[in-house]
This record gives sequence, C-alpha cells and structure tokens, in this order.
Amino acid sequence: MSTNGHIEKKRLENPPAKFKLKIQRRDKEGAPIRWETFELTYRRNLNVISALMDVRKDPVTADGTKTTPPVWDMSCLEQVCGICTMVIDGRVRQSCSALIDDLLLASGGDTVTLQPMSKFPNVRDLKVDRSEMFDHLKRVNAWIELDGSYSLGPGPQVSNELAQDRYALSRCMTCGCCLEACPQYGDGNYIGPQAISQARLFNMHPVGKIDIDERLNGLLGDDGITNCGNAQNCVQVCPMSIPLTKSIYETNRDITVNALFGWLKK
Amino acid sequence: MASGLKIAIVGGGLAGLAAAMKIAEAGHEVDMISVVPVKRSHSVCAQGGINGAVNTKGEGDSPAKHLDDTVYGGDFLANQTPVKRMCDMAPEIIYLFDRMGVPFSRTKEGLLDFRRFGGTLHHRTAFAGASTGQQLLYALDEQVRKWETQGKVNKYEGWEMLSLILDDHQVCRGLVAMNLQTLELKSFAADAVIMATGGPGMVFGKSTNSQTCTGSAVSACYQQGAKYANGEFIQVHPTSIPGEDKLRLMSESARGEGGRVWVPRQDGDNRDPRNIPDAERLYFLEEKYPAYGNLVPRDIATREIFQICLEGHGVAGENQVYLDLTHIDPETLTRKLGAILEIYEMFVGDDPRYVPMRIFPGVHYSMGGLWVDSEQRTNIPGLFAAGECDYSIHGANRLGANSLLSCVYGGFVAAPSALEFAKNVERGSTETNGIHEAEVQRQQEINDSIVKNEGGENQYKLHEEMAKWMTDNVTVVRYNDRLKATDEKLLEIQERFGKISINDSNLWATQAVPHARQLWNMTHLARVITLGALNRNESRGAHYKPEFPERDDENFMKTTIAEYSDESPVLSYEAIDVSLVEPRKRDYSSKGKAKSN
Repeated sequence: MSTNGHIEKKRLENPPAKFKLKIQRRDKEGAPIRWETFELTYRRNLNVISALMDVRKDPVTADGTKTTPPVWDMSCLEQVCGICTMVIDGRVRQSCSALIDDLLLASGGDTVTLQPMSKFPNVRDLKVDRSEMFDHLKRVNAWIELDGSYSLGPGPQVSNELAQDRYALSRCMTCGCCLEACPQYGDGNYIGPQAISQARLFNMHPVGKIDIDERLNGLLGDDGITNCGNAQNCVQVCPMSIPLTKSIYETNRDITVNALFGWLKK
Repeated sequence: MASGLKIAIVGGGLAGLAAAMKIAEAGHEVDMISVVPVKRSHSVCAQGGINGAVNTKGEGDSPAKHLDDTVYGGDFLANQTPVKRMCDMAPEIIYLFDRMGVPFSRTKEGLLDFRRFGGTLHHRTAFAGASTGQQLLYALDEQVRKWETQGKVNKYEGWEMLSLILDDHQVCRGLVAMNLQTLELKSFAADAVIMATGGPGMVFGKSTNSQTCTGSAVSACYQQGAKYANGEFIQVHPTSIPGEDKLRLMSESARGEGGRVWVPRQDGDNRDPRNIPDAERLYFLEEKYPAYGNLVPRDIATREIFQICLEGHGVAGENQVYLDLTHIDPETLTRKLGAILEIYEMFVGDDPRYVPMRIFPGVHYSMGGLWVDSEQRTNIPGLFAAGECDYSIHGANRLGANSLLSCVYGGFVAAPSALEFAKNVERGSTETNGIHEAEVQRQQEINDSIVKNEGGENQYKLHEEMAKWMTDNVTVVRYNDRLKATDEKLLEIQERFGKISINDSNLWATQAVPHARQLWNMTHLARVITLGALNRNESRGAHYKPEFPERDDENFMKTTIAEYSDESPVLSYEAIDVSLVEPRKRDYSSKGKAKSN
C-alpha cells in the first residue's frame, strides 16, 4: 500500500522457523581464521546483534559442537556510536541496524555471514582496532581553536544553510565503513575520506577557517588526499549519508587555491 | 605547588570530557579511563537538545524560570542551590558549544534556534538536528583531542575501572582498571578521581541505554564506602521503540515538534491508523492536560501511557500507543527530526512521516547516583562525580534536555573542585606503602576466582533474570510486597553468582570476565534501587506507589542515602535545600498551569 508516494517496506513473506549465522572466528591477532555456523530461531525484528546475543548465551554450533562465545563490539545499538561495524554478507555496515529479515530477503538464502572489517587489526573474532582513525583526526587538527573555554559570549552568526551543511558532515561516527570500502585505503598509504571530510567540516566554519593551512598540511603527505582514486565507494557505504566525495572535491579545490595564492599571504 | 597535578577521570562521555578539558586548560594532566573509545560514549544517544534560558524568542524566559521548571518538574527532591547554579550557567554553556563549532540549528537571522521540550512552556532547548548529544560530545571530544596532542590528556580506551585505591584514612589515591583486551590490571595513581560513568540502565536489561551503561564502576565506589543517593528514582521514558536487544529511544523532541499521542477510542479497532478519523481517536494526554498536552513531564506521560495499556486500551490490545507526526509537513519533519525518524524506520520498517509510530515506555535515566555536595565532592575525600552518575540535579524526575546540561555543568564544577582538593591534600608516601599493589592483587584474585568457578550457572541468563525482575517490579508502578520479593530474588541471584561458569576458555579479549564483574556490581545497585523504593512510602516524580499515591513532604522530602554493608544497604535520609523555590503541589492540568510561570 502506498500513501503520499510513501513506499512501504518489503518483508519476508514466508519467514523460516530457523536461519543460520556463519561467523568468521579468530582467537587473536595473527591466529588462523576458522568458520563456525550457528542455527538460530527466526523472529521478525531480530537484528544481527540480537542473533549474536543468542549465540553468546549458548555457544553451540549447528553440528552440536560446544565452542567459545564470539567476541564483537557493541554499544548504543542505535547506529550512532559506530562501534559495532562489521562486514555482513559481504557489505560493511553496523550490525545493530542490520535486520535478519532484510538480509534473508536480499540474499534469498537461509544464512547470514559475518566477518570483521579487513582494513584494521583484527583483535579477535569480529572485533577490530580502529585507533588509527582517531590518530588521523589529530593530523588534520579536527577542532576549532578556542581562546579558552571560559565565557566569551556566543559564536559567530551563521546561516542555517551552512549549519545544516556542516551538520551533515558532523554526523560522522568514525565507524570506518568508508575506509573498509575504499580500494586505496590500507597499509598506511592513504589517510582516507573520513579525515578529509572532518577537515572540511572545520574549514567550513567561519572561525575554523582561520586554521585552514594547518588542516590542509595534514592532507599533503605521501599518504594524503591525492591518493583518492575516485572509486566513490565511500559515499555509497556511508551509513550517515555523508557527502564524502564532495568533501574530497572541495578540499582538493581548497588545496589548489592555497597552492596558487598561498605565496600572496607570505 | 600548583602544577603537575594528575587527575584520573573515569568515563569519557560529556561530563568526563567537560572535566578533562577544564583540567588540561588549567595546565594539569588527565588520565582518562574509558571502556570504549570516548567518541563512542553513551552521550551520543541524547537526541533532543540542551536547555538554557537564552530567551531569544521574546517569551520572557529566564534562568529563574528554568530553575522553577526544573525543581517543580523534579517534584521537589533536588537541592536547589546547585540547580540554580546550573540554570544560571546554562546560556554560557550553550554559547561555548556554539563557539566550538557545534552545528546548532539556526534562525533566519543566523542566531541559535530553540525548540520546546517537556515540562516547560518556553522555547528553551538548543538543538543540532535530532542528534544533539552526538554533536555536543563530538565538540568536547575534539577539544580534548587537541589537549591529547599537547600531552595533557592520556586516554586509556578499552580499560574498565574495577575499584578505587583508598589509603588508611579512606582518602582516594587512584584506581585499578582492567585492560579489556589482555585482562591486564593496572593501578592508576592520581591526586583525585572524577567518576563520570553515566547511568546503570543495564540493571534493567533492556533500556534506552548503551550496553556500556552498567553502573559497574559506580557500584564499586559504593561498595568501597561512597554514598549512593536517591537510587530508587529511575526515569522511564514515555516513548521508546521496543526491540529484541534494546528499547530504542524516540526523543521527546518528536512531541516538542508537535507529535500527538493517541489510541483508538474503540478498543480493538484494527483499522489502519491513517483511516481512523480524528473524532474516533483518544488524545488522552491533551484531554487531561490541556495546557501542556503531549509535553507533560516524562513521569506523568509514562504513567498515563502505561495506565491506558494496562486498562486494555493499547493499540491492538497490546502494550503500545500511537505517537503521530503524520499531520506535519514531511519536509519539516526531515529537517527537524530526521535522525530519530531514520532510527524508527530502520528498526521498525515504517516511515513515521507517513505512518503513526507505535511506542511504549522504557527505562531511560537514573536521577539517583553517587552522593555529592554542591562542589561535586563525594563523601570519600579525593573522589568526585559528575553527570548521570551523580544524583544532584534532577530530584525525583528529570526534565528533557536537562541531562546534557547537567553533564557539562557537573564536569565544569568537578574539575576545579578536584584541582582544589589536589592542591591542598596532604600527600604522604602512598607510593611506597604498597596500597596500589595490594589493590591490584585483590582485584586479580577476584578475576582468578571468576575464571576458576564451576557451578553451571550462565551469567547471561542470570543477568536476564535479574533484569526481568527489576523491570517488572521496580519501574513505573511499585508495590511493597513485590519490592520485598524482588530484594529476596536479588539475594538469591547474588548467591547463584558464585556458581557461574564462564563459557569462554579463551581469555584474550574475552567479554565473559568483564561481564561477570559488571553483573556482580549491578546486583548491588539493584538492591539499592529496590530497597530505596521499598522504604519510600509515598509517590513523588518517577516513584509511584498506588498504596501511597500522594507526595508526603513531611516524611519524604528528603534525599535517600544508601551506604554499603555486607548484609544490606543501610538507608538514611537527608533534608533538602528548598531555600529558593517554595515546594508546591505539582499539577500540570489546566488548574495547575497558571501557577507555574
């Protein structure tokens, strides 16, 4: 049924009584990979996290072997903290907002496959270490320089349009989907769309602009912005729909303008 | 000697980061302990906004009115002096975040925009879309990252605090934390410790809280002698989305922007809600509270929704009512509420711009927490607390958009207060007398015994059992016999805890050992909450007993204080500071409206 052009969501018409969760396991970084499959009872509103919770409570594989509970990260479960990101049926996304119903509908099968993100150190099972993403934020000075946090009245007046454009970038939850999907990112050879877009967020602010040179400098090294291969995967997988390619484009332009006219400032 | 002080902050949400920024700015050093990377703290879940009487809407708003709304909304259980200080500070806190570059929604003139929230008649809530907590947290995260690059803040992310280190005089000298990857224990020596660990929602299993909100570290402080105040005051948010793994919050801003709560007038009316004409809908909040309508305070809205469902009037006879936004222009909704509407659509499948949402109350916030004085000092010298984990601001019920404010306020007060203590404290040779090593040893033994235990109890099932008892008996409506039975159950769960067998033979990055430690600590907080409720024979704010339906100021306009003992929490009561606003009966119906503001 459709009202006002609103399309209702498709659901599994004949949901199965059971489905399978196939999980990539690893005891610790560097240890060999193995696969384990678990059989679970289907419920309509089950997400990947609830399915993992079921397994954790009683970790016995589909063939009846007792195993260790799978380890994964989770926190907010509302797709706003970014921590529970993993590769689900081959696509990187948050496991809290991945509904089993949708996944089975999309694959047409009876199995949901879980893997850790591949671009970051794999701590154990589905857990990865993304601290490099926070280090990148340091490199691009992703903050506004304040005189101090004491009372100095309001900030600059800005249009709501600019506020909304910045809000769109500011929703980045450092989940790493863009980096996982980026063919250029990995082995420290490219800083990636996340940090570039955060630099852009502050370069757009009337006060943040003052330090644009420092931010752009952080993007100029061997692993800098020029490594973008324009695959545009980042913008397709971003769960917050952040215009990442636009951020890269605008930042590239800022760099060119700075290179052309930078000497005038000296 | 003022320089070179080290303050340990436990928790990197809004309160912890606010304190860290102030300490670093004052030239001192911070060790920040957090179970998750601080940018992933639970503050990101706060949606609606932050209150401050900036009065840009020509409504004659003022900090004095904000104070009145807050203590009145809190049903006169908060000490009023710190509330006044917070309300006075609120406009400058909002301006500070504005300077940090938070993309607040703006007016046509480019000024900060404000929306209406529950329990007030003023537009007092600054907002950044519908993910204001995320935006405020990020702003502080960014400022603290800057201090990190300057060596003023050392982050220990992926570490969980297990206990305080107390010297012979019960002065706090630091803490012991566990690395969640290696299970290594480490002592963190500090001149003062600030707790900023948020709420204990996981005690109730499914709540709107993040999985990290166990209250575990705060419970450890309580078990080591810190007073816990007003534990029984647990806010149940009127509008959450029931789920398998959690109850997802549907922000009060949905009602702030005009959302209406209703059920079909006819029980069992199974028509598509869009086909039920207005006259056949019961807008029960608007009928009963014409002035505030859907924006009555949370405790009241929650009880009304609960009651409607209890009487069998819920949608399809189930525990759900409609929260309807479909009369508002879809574009406006996207602009003002996009983030939260996406959450609903993502998890339920319906688009709230076109289909009324189905919601039900869910455990949301703890008004209670560590007892602190007006300078955020706990009763343990050298231990401070700020944010949801302290009890000081919200009384018996918190108003929407006051939590982000109280986090930042608490952090801003705790920081100088901790530094003041650290400068003046007599420091003996605590490093050499072995208290740090002894506490690490004690904690190691607890870990070892958890790993060794064999008794067949399943820790996750035990947690679920506790959570179900707490949710069924210690939330919206409370009866003394059920509270007593719940406490007996909690004692049984504590006994069975000794028989859990962790089901993980691989201790590298295991979640079984940390969860077991959290569970033990949660059982203690559960007892504090339950016995506090049992002992308080009145109804006030979020605490409602049909057997004692009235507020009883003579006997209970007092702070409940729980102190740990091996047998049972020891309860006592402390008088409230009502020096600024004279207590009056809370009444949000048309009659009561004229009185406030």
